[in-house]
Amino acid sequence: MDNLLSIVTFVPALAGLILAVFLRGEDEAAQRNAKWVAMFATSATFLVSLFILFGFDRNDTGFQFVEEGTWIMGLTYKMGIDGISVLFVMLTTFMMPLVILASWDVKVRVKEYMIAFLLLETLMLGVFMALDLVLFYLFFEAGLIPMFLIIGIWGGANRIYASFKFFLYTFLGSVLMLVAMVGMYADAGTTDIEALLNHNFAFGTFSVLGIQVVGGLQTLMFIAFFASFAVKMPMWPVHTWLPDAHVQAPTAGSVVLAAILLKLGGYGFIRFSIPMFPVGAEVMTPLILWMSAIAIVYTSLVALVQEDMKKLIAYSSVAHMGFVTMGIFAANQQGIDGAIFQMISHGFISGALFLCVGVIYDRMHTRDIDAYGGLVNRMPAYALIFMLFTMANVGLPGTSGFVGEFLTLMAVFQVNTWVAMVATTGVIFSAAYALWLYRRVVMGDLIKESLKTITDMTRREKVIFAPLVVMTLLLGVYPALALDIIGPSVAALVTQYDTALAAAEAATQVASN
Amino acid sequence: METIILFAPLVGALLCGFGWRLFGESAAQWIATSLLFLSAILSWVVFLTFDGTTEQIQILRFIESGSLSTDWSIRLDRLTAIMLIVITTVSSLVHLYSFGYMADDPQWREGESYKPRFFAYLSFFTFAMLMLVTADNLVQMFFGWEGVGVASYLLIGFYYRKPSANAAAIKAFVVNRVGDFGFALGIFGLFFLTDSIRFDDIFAAAPDLAETQLTFLWGEWNAANLIAMLLFIGAMGKSAQLLLHTWLPDAMEGPTPVSALIHAATMVTAGVFLVCRMSPLIEFAPEAAAFITFLGALTAFFAATVGLVQTDIKRVIAYSTCSQLGYMFVAAGVGMYSAAMFHLLTHAFFKAMLFLGAGSVIHAMHHEQDMMNYGALRKKIPYTFMAMMIGTLAITGVGIPVWIFTLGEIPIGFAGFQSKDAIVESAYAAGTGFSFWALVIAALFTSFYSWRLMFLTFYGEARGDKHTHDHAHESPVTMLIPLGVLSLGAIFAGMVWYGSFFGHVDKVAKFYGIPYAEEGEDHAGAITLRDKAAGKKEGEHHYVFAGKPGEGAIYIGEDNTVLDDAHKVPYWVKTSPFAAMLIGFLMAYWFYIKNPSLPAKLAENQRPLYLFLKNKWYFDEAYNFLFIQPALWIGKQLWKKGDGNVIDGSINGISMGIVPFFTRLAGRAQSGYIFTYAFAMVIGIAVLVTWMTLSGGAN
Repeated sequence: MDNLLSIVTFVPALAGLILAVFLRGEDEAAQRNAKWVAMFATSATFLVSLFILFGFDRNDTGFQFVEEGTWIMGLTYKMGIDGISVLFVMLTTFMMPLVILASWDVKVRVKEYMIAFLLLETLMLGVFMALDLVLFYLFFEAGLIPMFLIIGIWGGANRIYASFKFFLYTFLGSVLMLVAMVGMYADAGTTDIEALLNHNFAFGTFSVLGIQVVGGLQTLMFIAFFASFAVKMPMWPVHTWLPDAHVQAPTAGSVVLAAILLKLGGYGFIRFSIPMFPVGAEVMTPLILWMSAIAIVYTSLVALVQEDMKKLIAYSSVAHMGFVTMGIFAANQQGIDGAIFQMISHGFISGALFLCVGVIYDRMHTRDIDAYGGLVNRMPAYALIFMLFTMANVGLPGTSGFVGEFLTLMAVFQVNTWVAMVATTGVIFSAAYALWLYRRVVMGDLIKESLKTITDMTRREKVIFAPLVVMTLLLGVYPALALDIIGPSVAALVTQYDTALAAAEAATQVASN
Repeated sequence: METIILFAPLVGALLCGFGWRLFGESAAQWIATSLLFLSAILSWVVFLTFDGTTEQIQILRFIESGSLSTDWSIRLDRLTAIMLIVITTVSSLVHLYSFGYMADDPQWREGESYKPRFFAYLSFFTFAMLMLVTADNLVQMFFGWEGVGVASYLLIGFYYRKPSANAAAIKAFVVNRVGDFGFALGIFGLFFLTDSIRFDDIFAAAPDLAETQLTFLWGEWNAANLIAMLLFIGAMGKSAQLLLHTWLPDAMEGPTPVSALIHAATMVTAGVFLVCRMSPLIEFAPEAAAFITFLGALTAFFAATVGLVQTDIKRVIAYSTCSQLGYMFVAAGVGMYSAAMFHLLTHAFFKAMLFLGAGSVIHAMHHEQDMMNYGALRKKIPYTFMAMMIGTLAITGVGIPVWIFTLGEIPIGFAGFQSKDAIVESAYAAGTGFSFWALVIAALFTSFYSWRLMFLTFYGEARGDKHTHDHAHESPVTMLIPLGVLSLGAIFAGMVWYGSFFGHVDKVAKFYGIPYAEEGEDHAGAITLRDKAAGKKEGEHHYVFAGKPGEGAIYIGEDNTVLDDAHKVPYWVKTSPFAAMLIGFLMAYWFYIKNPSLPAKLAENQRPLYLFLKNKWYFDEAYNFLFIQPALWIGKQLWKKGDGNVIDGSINGISMGIVPFFTRLAGRAQSGYIFTYAFAMVIGIAVLVTWMTLSGGAN
């Protein structure tokens, strides 16, 4: 199959198109059909994507399954994956059937809802596979539109504010990234990402309006990309859209947002910022490391005082993404390995945590922590699963949450011990807020009258969690499953980065002599 | 065989926790228990047949990234073997004991199944603890380290309806995480310095670390000292040493078998184990070792003072544990790792027994834990009384002073006598006056509070609810068997293993698999007391440790002669713990048998001191004021002011002015921004495409 990647990418969109064109009516049968079509399409996508995983040659550090062709108006269509992107692709195809299953009880505009999610899957997959700048930009930016719609149409009471805020934050970054892309094209004369990865962008220091720009063009381009990726991560201090977006999004929306969309920024850093603008990255590294460390402590402290379950988990997500950016910009093997691992693992864990909130939200229609208490008395299975993911979120060894945190912290210790120490305090805070949340919701006697009839998880809900439980434990006990795939590509990346920096150093010295 | 020891408890936990609906409650409990007994029997086989050579068994690859490479594996050496028997023996007995203790728990309602969950947690704990002690690298150890933390969290919070139990569970986990914070930094530091976190590599690199300077935070540090300190912070958390001890007394919220297993015999000793395991590093880190000694001595003293005035029977024993752990750290700090392990072993037996005995009393008294409501119980529960008596004799260190009589080279006495005296003598021999005196005074207090516990519980008048006293009954046989087995340990463990842990250098070296060499004559020229007792003469053969770091289970530096010196301390030093024990006993006798009104009067006279001790030196209050309240306050400020006013205020403030303009353009207030967005994106693409077309296409 020469166009495996395209098949995987566009099957969901095709299913969405079929729904849009052929499915009529809003009756129960139509709703059921919409759900089953979406379920079928996402499952098929996952099954086909397994061919990618098993066909992937982990010793080859270049791009694999590459497809190239011309497209409208002289643009190039180029897709491919390497050790850095393949697991993101798998994460996406793995999560989507679960997301559809978790949406089984949606009653409003089911067809449109399913179309939005199917389209979203295609666009997210496209981001991870695109090897052409224009194509990447298209997927990257368009992916947000279905998300706006999901929050704006199927969200909570304050959904307009939330999606508006989401939009505002992303918009500015996107504009800057676009400018940088134009600049890249101007400099390199190509939009091919593979070629751009091997292009040396100018890094001579120059001054703009009297300000010295160390690292020159590279720094500027880095900052432009950074503006976009940092918001998507989200990094402190541009994180405040996330808690609002999560709170207002429907459960499935939150799951996709946390599990996959948040990874776009991190992926972007690793794909573009580090290899294409190494000098710029090095200039900005201290700042970014500190932003990451602050993010971890700041958002953990904020999580401690939250009264809304989803907000708490959202803030905890920001803290966990702090480990990711920290690892990436430690720019060594453990750091980037750890960052990718952390992103994959966070996909499972945060997705599961939002699903946990969804389970009781569906029953009680509130996310207020104070409205719960003592659920273990009536929901033992739920208590068990929630416990597991709470512990995974805390980074307990033996769950996948540990490996990423451990590697990224270990990596940053080699670069900056202050940052390492500040960030490591995150392990204390995360235990505090996560266990306290668990205690207030699940532990204690069941006193509240409204909870007296609450029922434990249904079989459908258990089926949703089962794969997540398996993945969290499997990757926790045998992380080599992922690290073996990530490792070689990251090793190549780190070598390239170090060589580029050394070359730049040498060049600067020659110039100054 | 080692693999079976390690995984049998895990299998038991899974079968019991998930399978009980299938096999029924009681079968599930028996499965877990018998698997643990299997583990225990095999552990004894391993321990007794072990010849001192380190073995390693790889199981599965673990985290690998670049030069970092770790495995799930088993490292079997003498330290591991000692821990194996301690863990599996106490754990299997506690399993058995729980059949009786947990049979009718008033915390639960009719028809609720809590027993399989309890047994599953116990077995899971055992598995995690075994992972900790069998690790051959720091990451696997960290897995066990946190795993026992989770098991402890689950078991302390086992009575999940009780708010106090839930609070104690979280406190235990979070305080331990403070320790783990140091532990983790230590691991990162070691990887940075040695490019490995396998014990073999670290031990081999230890001498170099002593010569290395490391930039950490604001200054340059000696690498060995810094790393040892960071790792010790982890040990402080797990072993409840001063500053990070506050969780241990609260942990008594858990069922009593849990306290015996986790908070007396095994988990809390993990910190001591860590320090002994890292002995090659500690030997090269004199400042860190001095700090370990100092903090251990301080904890031994502090906890003993608090133990004097507590009235909850379990809390008294909890503070006693905290104090005894301090003893072990003193031993490790002065370089007597084998004495630390000795006390760890004997303490596991007698302290587990004291806890299980206390559980038996509590069981008899219908879950009354306040000693003020006990009294005169020795006739009602004679077996429990006997067990507690043996435990008390062991912990207070009753024995025959060596200058009166020894059996060959072995002093005669209960288990605590040999091991505690070994530590006190080592502390003196190492020349640390402060820790020596702190330990002797702590021994006096230990004796006082232990006898106080005995007198208040078993002697005097029956106090409290008459009905409860009338119905006090001896515990079932499943609870008495463990007491019996442990009492054997509490009586004989000290005498049986005295030579291996605290005998002559050659014996200790053989036991731990450390190479040793003959030295012409005693390095100090004199011969030891026990040499003389054994009929040796001056100039006879004498051995010294001659291992390199990593050879054998522990490493003892060339200039570390504490073991020899400890054998040669003056008579008054050897007798001082005995004297302290005697004085403590007499005082307790005077206070609680002869003159029972005295304690109340004293508390009245010395009110500030009494309150200071009663409130545990006000640590909890201070921490609440210094850490918890500020953290919550800062969190609130960052959320409302930081996120709300500053970030959202500025970003939204600017943009909220601009965007509605576009929104109006698009005409629909609700979804206008989506059009704006799509519009902007299309423009973006258009710009890109135009640019490319103008400059000659993408090719």
